[in-house]
Amino acid sequence: MATAGGARPPAPGDDGRRGAARVARVPRLLRVPVRRRGARMRLKLLGAGRLGSLAGLGRGGAGALALPGCLLYTRAGAAPHLTHDTLREVRGVPGVAHVALPALAEIHDVLEEYKEGAAKFMGMPDAVLYCSLHDPVTPCPSGYNTNKMVSLWGSSGRMEITASKFMDIQRAIQPDWFQCISDGDTISGEAGRKRAQKSVDRSLSFLDICLQLQEESPELQGSVMFGAIEGGDILEERLRSARETAKRPVGGFLLDGFQGSAMAKETKLKLIASVTAELPEDKPRIIHGVGKPDEVLECIERGVDIFESFFPFQVTERGCALVFSYDCHPAPEATVLPQNGIQDLEKNGAQEDQEEVSKADPEMTPFEISLKDKKYHDDFGPLLEGCSCYCCQRHTRAYVHHLLVTNELLAGVLLMMHNFQHYFGFFSAVRDALRDSKLDQLKELIFRQALQGPASTALRH
Amino acid sequence: PMAAPAAGPPPVLRIVAECGRSRARAGELRLPHGTVPCPVFMPVGTRGTAKGLTAAQLAALGCRICLGNTFHLGTRPGPELVRRSGGLHGFMDWPHNLLTDSGGFQMVSLLELSEVSEEGVLFQPPHGGDPVLLSPERAMEIQNALGADIVMQLDDVVSSTTTGPRLEEAMLRSVRWLDRCVAAHARPQQQRLFAIVQGGTEPELRLRCLRAMTQRAVSGFAIGGLSGGEAKARFWRAVKLCTEHLPRDKPRYLMGVGYATDLVVCVALGCDMFDCVFPTRTARFGSALVPWGSLQLKNQKFAKDFRPIDADCGCPTCQRHSRAYLHALLRCNTAALHLLTLHNVAYQMKLMGSIRDSILRQRFPEFVREFMAAMYGGRGGPPAWAREALESVGITLG
Repeated sequence: MATAGGARPPAPGDDGRRGAARVARVPRLLRVPVRRRGARMRLKLLGAGRLGSLAGLGRGGAGALALPGCLLYTRAGAAPHLTHDTLREVRGVPGVAHVALPALAEIHDVLEEYKEGAAKFMGMPDAVLYCSLHDPVTPCPSGYNTNKMVSLWGSSGRMEITASKFMDIQRAIQPDWFQCISDGDTISGEAGRKRAQKSVDRSLSFLDICLQLQEESPELQGSVMFGAIEGGDILEERLRSARETAKRPVGGFLLDGFQGSAMAKETKLKLIASVTAELPEDKPRIIHGVGKPDEVLECIERGVDIFESFFPFQVTERGCALVFSYDCHPAPEATVLPQNGIQDLEKNGAQEDQEEVSKADPEMTPFEISLKDKKYHDDFGPLLEGCSCYCCQRHTRAYVHHLLVTNELLAGVLLMMHNFQHYFGFFSAVRDALRDSKLDQLKELIFRQALQGPASTALRH
Repeated sequence: PMAAPAAGPPPVLRIVAECGRSRARAGELRLPHGTVPCPVFMPVGTRGTAKGLTAAQLAALGCRICLGNTFHLGTRPGPELVRRSGGLHGFMDWPHNLLTDSGGFQMVSLLELSEVSEEGVLFQPPHGGDPVLLSPERAMEIQNALGADIVMQLDDVVSSTTTGPRLEEAMLRSVRWLDRCVAAHARPQQQRLFAIVQGGTEPELRLRCLRAMTQRAVSGFAIGGLSGGEAKARFWRAVKLCTEHLPRDKPRYLMGVGYATDLVVCVALGCDMFDCVFPTRTARFGSALVPWGSLQLKNQKFAKDFRPIDADCGCPTCQRHSRAYLHALLRCNTAALHLLTLHNVAYQMKLMGSIRDSILRQRFPEFVREFMAAMYGGRGGPPAWAREALESVGITLG
């Protein structure tokens, strides 16, 4: 542990009574001993964009994550609707699991008594676990953070967490990666420059406190802290946040405050690109709140490495199945199908379309079909032709429709298996496209579907 | 007396061992989708799904026969659609055996408006549409389309606490409806038809029903009209009366029984097959079945209990998870319900396996004593009705 002259480094807020020069009041670089936390984590880039991998992850250092990639979304450590053995049927499950802090904060006392960390408590002792501050699917009402604390939203309501309490909880969780507590309350669309500035100041202050506390926590020596980059929609603040956070010895970066729909798309993309330009190449960049395939591609082009997988879960919850194509080289007959598919839809007629539109979930995207729709009640095709998932290999749209209409729990199980596998397959296709220099084709395919709907929606009777 | 029945499908039941003291038997059911060891508990799949479990998970637990429900499937999605899906087997992707009931029980228990006549049961579909008549012929037609390995006659169902003329009427009508079902059954080689013995808890009515139905050419006999709200003392006597008068070489299916104690006692009384929604339903309420009762995992007392549900269980849930984790997971993820369903089905399978094993090894009475000690040891001993029932077939508890 290298320290300057054997003296202890000054604590944050110290005005330099040991004789060091006075420094400005903004959060400043903490002179921590250089010691690489999560020292075994290595990011390797292969040259095409940020195609690459993270290796050396987890307790044993054997975990890996291909980049660009996504995390496995879990709720309290289990994939939604899926037990361990049903999850095992899903192909391409990512090597890092994502759990949100609120569910674990609610059982802090349990984890403290358990002592062996959240991953083991949740029945995944060998998993690489990333703990985010919030759950991407739970709304965070605005106006509940202060200079000293952040509000978390769990099943029992709101919890106020200080930096110190946050680190207490993380000591009980013992995650492999975790998002440092930060103030990301800038997404409601009402935040102005001052609020954006506060989000940056507070988050840097929290970061410095937590880095210090991590130093003092044996339980967290193997954990990688991700610094959150805030700043709302103000470019200046975003740049400040990125630069300042990058000065700290964090293991990776989290682009926060891009959730929701308040921020204009162009602003969002510009800010993301500006932020990642300030970040070191050799540390991973996670973004929260981005899930749709077109948005994922836009972020990848702008230097983001890692995404969550809450999107397939949301699709599942509305009784829908992902059917968008990410195959840039379809078999010859498949190019005929899109035409047939469109004709089938046209045959339904305007009347029916209107009914469908009024019944359809307003959150539904062009990348999915709604299995509750009556038209699937006797469709004996799989959810998606050519899909090799458990559901598509064994069951039909008619069966899933029946399960949804009769409110059977199995509907969620089967749809989650399909939607996860399809989504993970999409990321795999992105990596292939980067490797084969075909990203433009993939973009074209995805963006076309973002406008028009899936490449094939033909019904089979 | 009936004319000798035409050559039917091969016998379902093969008895491998019988208990030397009680009436318990261990054997196999030979069915079109494979052999099923018995005594057997059949999980209820109602609408073509074993609730939150995939077909693969259910099979992995050792289940080789489960139930589908004609009433529910007959209304949604309807028998035609299921037939086009390759029958219920194809629809569910279930490679093993299925049993469908006729729909009679659901109609009486679920519907406000159902009217029974000699023709059948007239009912108002719960999801709209014109009134529908479920006749014995229609019940067979639907079940033929669903394609289950075992199909049940349509019976005139009354509550198990009914007495008086209505009970007799229902019993006699069930006999007549049995004949109509036998006549209407279009696939006797592929699907085995079972009769359902009625008569409530009136011994005289039961006896008359038994005498009549055992003359009909069916593959097996269900004991129906029980496991409602009737007193346990009357319940076990009615079961015993039935097993006394049912043929030895055909399976006895006691409908609606699934609590562990009831299963053990009724095996002793001579029953081979059971079904009940209880284990799967109670799982969805957060309750895990164990040899000494059940754990209500939503209860705060399990928040820091780091033991598995049952260290001796061996099911996927017990191998991986603790009570504390399940308690936490129940708050936010349906996966918890599936984990408990897995465990409870595993519990039932294990119980029946132990029962069967003990019969094969001629130690069923000892098994019963051990079971009762584990279940009631600390709580003042087994209930009186169970004691009496077991005594009546030669098994004394300590």
